[in-house]
Amino acid sequence: MRLALKELLRKPGRFTVVGGALTFLVLLLLFLGGLLDGLYLNSTGAIRSVDADAIVFSEDARQSFLRSDIDPDTRATVEGVDGVGEVGGLGLTLLGVEIPGETDIADGAIAGYELPSGNLPAPPPPGQAYADRKLEDLGLSVGETVLVGPARVPLEVIGWVEDTNYLGQNGIWVEPGTWREVQNANRPDAFVAEGTFQALVVRFADGVSDPGGLRLEIDGATGTTESLSEADAVLAIPGITEQDSTFTAIIGTTVLVVGIVVALFFALLTLERAGLYAALKAFGASNRSLVSGLILQAVLVAAGALVLGGILTFLLAQVIPPVVPVQFEPSRAASLAVLVVLTAVLGGLVSLRRIIRIDPASAIGTGV
Amino acid sequence: MAEHALVLENVRKVYTSGEDQVVALDHASLTVDRGEMVALLGPSGSGKTTLLSIAGGLLTPTEGTVRVGDEEITTYDQKQLTRFRGRRIGFVFQAVNLVPFLNAKENLLVVADMAGRMDAEAKQRADTLLEELGLGHRRKNLPEQLSGGERQRVAIGRALMNQPDLVLFDEPTSALDTKLGEQVMELIETEVKGRGVAAVLVTHDTRMTKYADRTVQIVDGRLDGAVPTPA
Repeated sequence: MRLALKELLRKPGRFTVVGGALTFLVLLLLFLGGLLDGLYLNSTGAIRSVDADAIVFSEDARQSFLRSDIDPDTRATVEGVDGVGEVGGLGLTLLGVEIPGETDIADGAIAGYELPSGNLPAPPPPGQAYADRKLEDLGLSVGETVLVGPARVPLEVIGWVEDTNYLGQNGIWVEPGTWREVQNANRPDAFVAEGTFQALVVRFADGVSDPGGLRLEIDGATGTTESLSEADAVLAIPGITEQDSTFTAIIGTTVLVVGIVVALFFALLTLERAGLYAALKAFGASNRSLVSGLILQAVLVAAGALVLGGILTFLLAQVIPPVVPVQFEPSRAASLAVLVVLTAVLGGLVSLRRIIRIDPASAIGTGV
Repeated sequence: MAEHALVLENVRKVYTSGEDQVVALDHASLTVDRGEMVALLGPSGSGKTTLLSIAGGLLTPTEGTVRVGDEEITTYDQKQLTRFRGRRIGFVFQAVNLVPFLNAKENLLVVADMAGRMDAEAKQRADTLLEELGLGHRRKNLPEQLSGGERQRVAIGRALMNQPDLVLFDEPTSALDTKLGEQVMELIETEVKGRGVAAVLVTHDTRMTKYADRTVQIVDGRLDGAVPTPA
């Protein structure tokens, strides 16, 4: 181990190529992870913000807000189901938003809601809105009035909310009457009657032990709804599952490349060191100590690449325009770091057999 | 303490290659006493390297017994042989094989580290050895900063570092010119004799055998007994 550490400290140039390659792979991994998280969070914030035990869609909506329609009678039926605690309406309309002083139209998801949550305050007064803070990056300030949709419905922004976007559109949260006004003015083809919502946010009473069963009970009682857990509602958002599997495949492939780079580098290094390893074995070095040294070097090179890659990613994050939905989450960085280090260990272990097979007797009778 | 540092009795080593069998050592017997230096002389392919490897616990014999000091190593497995070499054998290789990124002193200490003997005493011993070898002022130099003769002296110090019972020299002067080779041989003689350590020296350079107490010829895997050592 001491020998391996000294080699790293005194001959760092020998590890520059593999360290450089790993640094850029780490940068790629962190950036891909940031994009995955950014896309996921930016698409699902609205649903994750409502703190629902069940989100109730109309049965024929195929789990889509835009196709769903819950009338007051259905809502009353849901409220009457034993075990149901709170019920609030939820509607979402995707429209362009004009920000004062900005020439570009921002994307907006106008959400009408009733129930406050951990992430959402109580609904604002009519004509006013809480805007997702991402709109601040696009030039919006609290106190300004935005104009929504082709009908240019004015909404005064009175505060910020965080992580509330839907399908990459910036969340603008209003009370139900204001949402209907926005919807009906801009989408007369999808008119929403008084008391009607696209979906219901349902919170169960304390002590409900079988949430899945209660969701089925709700659907049984109405006969016209499909209730999903919050997690399932997130996955039902168009593209989320495909996006997740695509990015996971790219990240997995990149991690595989990390393993191959480490394995090839240390395999070549082992070939180069064969004479030295033979001599060290002759002096009494065990296979275990030689392999441990090599693994230590692989781990330290990977750790160095993680630090440098992290710094490069941080610098890159400073120059990425706000329209790129990249978000760096500490949990993602930590899991990728663990994955890279474990892959480096596995890559290093590829040389295990080669090291074990080096014959100490080959140190004798070799004049080269 | 055993009287003999090394005893090989009827050692036979057969290499198998497919259906062919090559006898590298044929019932070889050799005894080396403490403080004795034996030169092993023979042409290429005569079995010198195999004998040296078996004596140093790098290879196990097909037949016969090998004893170093009071330790019979014939039946040792690889792990036991590894530990044994670290404790009791010193090697000086033809290729020197110093660790390129360690300085002279650290190259001595690396064998103490391998044997789990890295302590203040080992550091003191490394300093003393380097002084004795005339390398006190070069202890912080890397191998690439040393001359060929200095590197060979570091290798000798490394072989003596763990206070072995037996030091095995594999063509220690083959890469040196005659004058430097003789200086190195004088140093080996002084260090080996001064410590009462047994040594086996493989060489095909008859000029170097005069430093040995005894010269043994090996031909086709057979030890042909003592040959006259030049004065």
